[in-house]
Formats: sequence, C-alpha cells, structure tokens
Amino acid sequence: MADFLSQFMPAWLALIIQHVVVGAVLVVFALTNMLGITWIERKVIGRLQDRIGANRAGPFGLLQPLADMVKILTKEDITPTAASRVIYNLGPLLVVPPALLVFAVLPFGAGVSGSDLNIGLLYIFAVASTSTLGILIAGWGSNNKYSLLGAMRAVAQMVSYEVPQALSIIGIVMLSGSLSLQQIVQRQSEIGWFVLLQPLAFVIFLIAAMAEVNRTPFDLPEAESEIIAGHHTEYSGLKFGMFYLAEYINVFFISALAATLFLGGYQIPFVPANNPVHTILGPFVLIGKTFAFVFLTIWLRGTLPRVRVDHLMGFAWKALVPLCLLNIFMTAVLMPLVGLWSANLGISEAYIAIPVMLLANAVLAGLVLWWAGRSTRRRETRLAEQVVPAQ
Amino acid sequence: MNVFLTSIFVIVSVITLVGALGVVMARTVFASGLWLILSFAGVAGLYVLLEAPFLAAAQILIYVGAVAVLILFAVMLTRRVMGDPGVSQNNSQWGAAAVVAALMFIVLSLTSVQNWRPSTESPPLLAVNALGEAFLGPYLLPFEIVSVVLLVALVGAIILARE
Repeated sequence: MADFLSQFMPAWLALIIQHVVVGAVLVVFALTNMLGITWIERKVIGRLQDRIGANRAGPFGLLQPLADMVKILTKEDITPTAASRVIYNLGPLLVVPPALLVFAVLPFGAGVSGSDLNIGLLYIFAVASTSTLGILIAGWGSNNKYSLLGAMRAVAQMVSYEVPQALSIIGIVMLSGSLSLQQIVQRQSEIGWFVLLQPLAFVIFLIAAMAEVNRTPFDLPEAESEIIAGHHTEYSGLKFGMFYLAEYINVFFISALAATLFLGGYQIPFVPANNPVHTILGPFVLIGKTFAFVFLTIWLRGTLPRVRVDHLMGFAWKALVPLCLLNIFMTAVLMPLVGLWSANLGISEAYIAIPVMLLANAVLAGLVLWWAGRSTRRRETRLAEQVVPAQ
Repeated sequence: MNVFLTSIFVIVSVITLVGALGVVMARTVFASGLWLILSFAGVAGLYVLLEAPFLAAAQILIYVGAVAVLILFAVMLTRRVMGDPGVSQNNSQWGAAAVVAALMFIVLSLTSVQNWRPSTESPPLLAVNALGEAFLGPYLLPFEIVSVVLLVALVGAIILARE
C-alpha cells in the first residue's frame, strides 16, 4: 500500500499512513472479537449451568454486549478521595495497550501480518510482560489495602507463570529455528503441527496461559471472593471497563497464539502450504481455531473450581518449570537423531518426528504422573503418622 | 527519510531524558519508579532506531517487565511509604553531585568531540542466532560462570528470606 500511496505523497507520509491503517484494522479486529467473546461466554456459561443465558437484547441476546457497553459507559465515575489522582487513572490506561500491541505480529496468512518481526515471539513476551505494570499501578493508586494486596498477588501470579509459558515454547523455537511467527507456521507445514510434536509443551502452555490472563481456575486476581476483587475494587464505569476489555482481548490473543504455535495457525489440515486457498481462507481458519480455544477457556471456567493461592505458586515453580526443562532437554536430544534417521532411511522428517516425539512425550508424562502420585501418597502417609490418636 | 528518523530520535531522546529527570524530581519513591519505566522504554526506542530489535525487546522484557516491577514491588513492601510524601527523596549531597556531574560532563564531551568512524557494514539481520552461537561457542565459559553466579545469588536470596 505504501508503494501505491507514494505516487501522490512523500514516502515517509505514505509509510505513516500505511502503519496507521494496519494498526487501526488490527485494533478494530481485536475489539470486535472481544465483544463477540463476551456474548459467547454468557451463552456458553449459561448452557453449562443449565440456563439459557442472555436472551433479551436482540435475537439470541446478540445485542447484549452493546447493552453491557452502554451500561458501563453510563456508570458514575468514582475516584477515592485519598487516592493519588494521576496514578489512579494511569492504571487502567496501561492495561489495554499491551493487550492490543501484541496483535501486530500475529500471522493471518502467508506474509499477512501487521509486521513480521524476526523476533516475533520475544516481542510478544516483552509486550505482554508490561501488562503487570498496569495492575501494580492500579493497586497502588487506589490507596486501599485490599487493592494493594490483590495487585501484589496478581503480579506474583503473572510473573511466576510467565516462566513456564516462555519455557514451554522454547521447544517450538528449537524445532523451527526461528522466533518469527510466520516461519514457525511455515515450519509446521513441513514437520507437522507442533501439538503432535510437543504435546506436553502444549498442555503446559495452555495452563500457563490461563494463569497469565487470569482465567478460571487461576482467576484469583479478579474473583470477588478473593480479597474483594483485588486491584480493580475501586474502579467503576469505563475505568473498570478497561480492565474488562484487556482481559477479554488477552483471552482472544492467547487463544490465537496457541492456535498459531501449536495448531498450524492459518493452515488447513492436509492442504499443502503453497496452495492459494490459504490466502483466501487463512484468516477464517485461524479465527476458527482461535474460537475453539476460546470455547475451551469458557468450558474450563464452567467446570473447574479455583485453586488456592499457595498451591498456585507451588504448581508453577515445582511442577511446570521442571517439566518444561525436561521437555527442552528431550527435544534437544531427540530432534538431531530424528534428522539423522530421516536422512539415513530417506523418509520425510515428519513421518519419523511425530511418532518419536509422541512416544517420548507419553513416556515423560507417564513418569511425571507416577512420581507425582508417589510423592503425594508419601506425604499423606507422613501427615497421617504425625496425627497422634486421642487416648 | 533522514529528517523523519531524526525527528523520531529527538522524540525518543526527550522521553528518555524526561523520564530520567522525573526519577530524581518525583515526590514519592513509587512515582520515581514510574518515571524510571518511562526512561527504560525510551532506551528501548533508541535500540529500535539503532536497528537492534533483539536488544529492544530484551530491554522491555527485562527492565520494564521485570526490574521495574521488582522495584515497585519492593516499594510496596516497604512500610510507611504509602501516603507519606513528606520525606525528601534526595539526601542533599550537592557537593558530591556537582563533582559527579562535572566528571560526567568531561567524559561525555570527550566522547562527542572524538571523530568516530561510522561502520559501513549493515547490522546483522538475525542477531539472535549469532548471539546464541556466541554464548554456546567461544563465550561458553563466561556464560556458564555468570549462570552459576546468578544461581548462587538466587540460593542466597532464598536462605536470607528464610531466616
């Protein structure tokens, strides 16, 4: 587009216009999907709880998101008198931009992404890591003990789960030899979708991602029953709406990222990557896969109870991180061997890599589950022995 | 295009400097921490202008995402800081500050009058790969030593926290 525009105006202006247009398209895309997700969530949660869900505004309650928006916009804007005004208002302002900025590198088709950075994944983690700042600032700015405690809990959770989330995709980076999301998707057409090659990493990524975006069963930072909703207790109206918005955009993005990294992104199964059908259908395929993950998060929300705060931290550091390291080690050992065998036997890499990695992952998962079960039983017997029976 | 880049450079530099000024002028430690984040972000912008996107991302990830959060966390855990802006943030060591400023001025002016030759080579496109190979190739030993030092620091912090 910049080439076309530069016939009429200086190159720098054309470049700016191009970036503004691409950015605006991505932002509108994210916001529209966020509205859709709130509606889907209300309906699916309703069904899971044997209710109908939103059904008053419009057909099937389709206008419910708009009604919610009007409600949020017309609420009274309250600032606590003891709060520092600037910091209090800065919090909600800093939560939304990271949620939107990450869409810049998401590939919607071969060569179709806002910006194909060759450090794409690192960019995503860098930008996503700044979203903790907004929460920290909101908790501090509210000048409320519960908000402060809630913010500290939320940040501790998000910082802890960033580690397994980043470690779980190192296997993918090793397999694709690149941090660029475009190349990661390309590589999956050669060697098979990474969910088949890295099933353990896939599960760890999903768990850590749920915790990163504060979804059930890890929704302690924002649950009403956990220190009265933590960092956004004091926020009302549109400022609360900002936190709400950021959360749903994050859910959408993390689903899209999972689809891109593990389910082949915009690719249709069993269709060669260079088939032109991907150019037309690619974005819709990606959105379809993304909404499968969105449905999964809602399903989990309707099914699982919330974890306790000490279990939450222990699980990240004692279970997920060691498992990630084992997975990285396993991938590093097996993948050169797979390359060697496929060269010797003359079979395509994918046909060897998928069974070998599946088997290795199954063995590792079995060992870990056996060990976890044994150590839990031991702890329980130890605890039982400590109890002195009443005489 | 050069005017365009220069104007971006000026904007990013002003952001960095305003952030740095804010750190020393802010009334509360918490606000200082926030200004520091702005300064960090400005430095990341400078890295982008220098065509070092990996450094820029690392700067955001480590300094904004981790170090700044750690600082704000530490401030929050400190008692009597919340809602207590009466305490001055500097210790009024004007003499020492003047000496340091003068020395800094000399260093900066010496470096800026120096006639540096700009390299004609284009920056490497895949700096990440080169960096990774350097870490596990010629610089393996220093890399491992740094890792061990960090591990010792981690263990030490846990032991201190337990006592």
